[in-house]
Amino acid sequence: MDALLTDAFLSSLLTGAIVAAIPILLAGLGEQMSEKAGVLNIGIEGMMLMGAYIGFLVAFETHSIWLGFLGGILGGMMVSAIMAFLCVRLGLNQIVIGIGLTIGAEGLTALLHHFQFSRTYPRLPAPVRVDVPGLTDLPVIGSSLFGRHPIVYLALLGMIVLALLYRRTNLGMTLRAAGEKPSALDVAGGSVGRLRVAAVMFTGAMAGLGGAYLANIGAGLFLPFMTGGAGFIGIVLAMLARGRPLWVLIGALIFGAALSLTTALQVAGSNIPTDVIQMLPFAAVMLVLVLFGRRAKLPAALGIAYERGAR
Amino acid sequence: MAQPANAAETLSPSGGAELVGLVNVTKRFPGVVAVDDVSLAINAGEVHVLLGENGAGKSTLVGILAGLQEPDEGHLSVNGKRTRLASPSASLDAGISTVFQHSMLVPTLSVLENLILGAPWWQSSHRAGVEARMDELKRDFALSLPLDARTGDLSLGQQQQIEIARALLRDSRVLILDEATSMLTPQGAEELGARMRQLTDKGLAVIFITHKLSEAYHFGHRISVLKQGRLAGQLAPEALSALSEAEAIEQVVTMMFGRSSDSAEPIRRKTTATAQIVLSVEGLCTEGDNDVLGLDRITLDLKAGEILGIAGIDGNGQKQLAEALAGQRPVTSGRVSFDGADITGLSVSERRRRGLRYLTDDRLEEGTVGAFAVAENTVLKDIGEPPFWVSGIERPARIADHARDLIKRFAVSTPSEATPIGRLSGGNIQKVLLGRELTGEAKVVVFNKPTYGLDLQNIDASRDRLGAVAADGTGVILISTDLDELMALSDRIAVIEGGRIHGIIENDGTGEALRLRIGRLMAGEMDKETVEV
Repeated sequence: MDALLTDAFLSSLLTGAIVAAIPILLAGLGEQMSEKAGVLNIGIEGMMLMGAYIGFLVAFETHSIWLGFLGGILGGMMVSAIMAFLCVRLGLNQIVIGIGLTIGAEGLTALLHHFQFSRTYPRLPAPVRVDVPGLTDLPVIGSSLFGRHPIVYLALLGMIVLALLYRRTNLGMTLRAAGEKPSALDVAGGSVGRLRVAAVMFTGAMAGLGGAYLANIGAGLFLPFMTGGAGFIGIVLAMLARGRPLWVLIGALIFGAALSLTTALQVAGSNIPTDVIQMLPFAAVMLVLVLFGRRAKLPAALGIAYERGAR
Repeated sequence: MAQPANAAETLSPSGGAELVGLVNVTKRFPGVVAVDDVSLAINAGEVHVLLGENGAGKSTLVGILAGLQEPDEGHLSVNGKRTRLASPSASLDAGISTVFQHSMLVPTLSVLENLILGAPWWQSSHRAGVEARMDELKRDFALSLPLDARTGDLSLGQQQQIEIARALLRDSRVLILDEATSMLTPQGAEELGARMRQLTDKGLAVIFITHKLSEAYHFGHRISVLKQGRLAGQLAPEALSALSEAEAIEQVVTMMFGRSSDSAEPIRRKTTATAQIVLSVEGLCTEGDNDVLGLDRITLDLKAGEILGIAGIDGNGQKQLAEALAGQRPVTSGRVSFDGADITGLSVSERRRRGLRYLTDDRLEEGTVGAFAVAENTVLKDIGEPPFWVSGIERPARIADHARDLIKRFAVSTPSEATPIGRLSGGNIQKVLLGRELTGEAKVVVFNKPTYGLDLQNIDASRDRLGAVAADGTGVILISTDLDELMALSDRIAVIEGGRIHGIIENDGTGEALRLRIGRLMAGEMDKETVEV
């Protein structure tokens, strides 16, 4: 195994972990907001995929990664607007609608992509990197930690901002009330519906951004079904994180590392069969669920539509 | 003196100024008029008691004032101005705070967080500000709360204080306390009464909803009685203070349980009771907790062919009694004898086999499986038993035959025995349940609210069938919240309140006098003649 632990291996592992972790982190942070407010957002996979598709398309047409991210956010929010209308306003079943949205977005993006590009998969130019002077030149961690696209640092900043909002303002408490006992928030003068709609829209925006990252930075192209379950991993992270954004980050890094290990091992030319290597991230998901599954503490009213007066 | 008939004229404000008024308010729900043309004035400095039975419209009135429902007709006025309260926040903005019967606090939040719940999300919680205000409340009302405690860990009494404190922090002018004493100990209720007086001394108005008459008399300045959605009468402060407790209760009972002049006394069933005791219960107790009332030394007996009515306001232990008799609820002490044998330790199915049957009031959840066919529901309690199952194999043909027979005998209106029972009307589901429980050797049948939620025609049919069951020599326990039904069918009526039997009264057909006597027991009085503790 010593032969594996070369600088090249570690560097590519770390780089891969971060690249793979960012979309999961964004999705997980978004899902966390929804779940706190009492909406189980299973449509997040579809929101990510729509974000990836629209994000890629905008970046491809405008040659601007940043406009691409904006497009991704809007793409995710388009899907989440449907979810907000059906599940919060009309009170339909969140699981059914969520699965429907995911499947619908999978089909729709694949179809649109086919119409547009047929069987070709055009690539975006390589994204700009921000080199932090001095730090980027450090061995192993240098280019993997300090040579990333600015959106990576924005995602981390977003996590910190969310953590502060939850702690320092009434937001965390208000969300918890909506998720634990919406009737209590309602009679206390808060608006359960508006809060839940806002939370779902935020989830859509974050998932869409995560999807756009996946397409524009991670892969540099759009492939149908390219999210490959990243949104669902985000749901798992949000459930295990007990409302804490930092835990979402830690979880995302673990999954990111597992995902990138597959690439890193292949780069290093290990003689472990590829099938086993590609199983790793999913084995990691299962392992974490087995170890920490019972730690998940979900809001009492999660998944239940709120209707005033129906007690 | 207030008379039930001219309640509207007694509404002149005698305390402070009118803070909130209801003007000819009517609210309908599918099939019922919950509040029917009610006008009320809530005055500053008054504890205004709203009394009434279940379904009298109290909760709907609370919902309207709290902004959860809007009236179909009539309107509200706040400080003399016509106002719409379209949402809870509109109600709070109008200075009305409501402490609901069931806690409206988030159990996982801290006390402080619950106090400021509803504040804009972008603000940060001003702990110092809340602490300063709490100090004021401590000084003025002796209200002190552990701000950092997790709300769910506190007692119900403390949780109620949080809700009252929250109302005061919001500078509410009107405080609604919905069934606020129902979860409290007698001492806790006393403290709450004193608190209400403190609040009104500071110029607030308190609306206190209860069904306990002595609380109404001791805590209230003004008493309004609701009956079937209408304002049945009112005792104004000057009238109330001139009356002794007994006199006041007498008047209120007349308003609550007296017959309105336009309907006749129900015709009483001819008794079919024999001398043979089939069921006797001695000192039966069950465990209670915050959510479920325990039974407290229930003692009664039932003769073959007799209908024993259990009267009481809903939620006073009726369901627990029925379940304890059926063997569905563990008993902590006491004895149940059935047909001469002690059955206290027997299982549900063994009791059923011996002929003790129970017809639940929860027809859809507990009584039937909605997605199953009518036929399967008729044998739901005989799964695995011959003749419908032989050596563990289901015999669908026999079950279908049995079901068709039951459908015919009980005149169930259903397309076929294979129709899922959930598609039938309440009345027809009730018939299937009745048929199921009367199959075989039924010796005692416990009916829990058998006519609840049925339409008039089905109510009459069900009552006739109850009489027929008793005429066959079966002992019947009839739990009902409908006094007319009990007086029409029962040979004797036991009144249950707070998990205790407050009296067992012979149904002597004396109509009005009997009705008032039962009403008094239902409202928490003890019957001196029949109860020895």
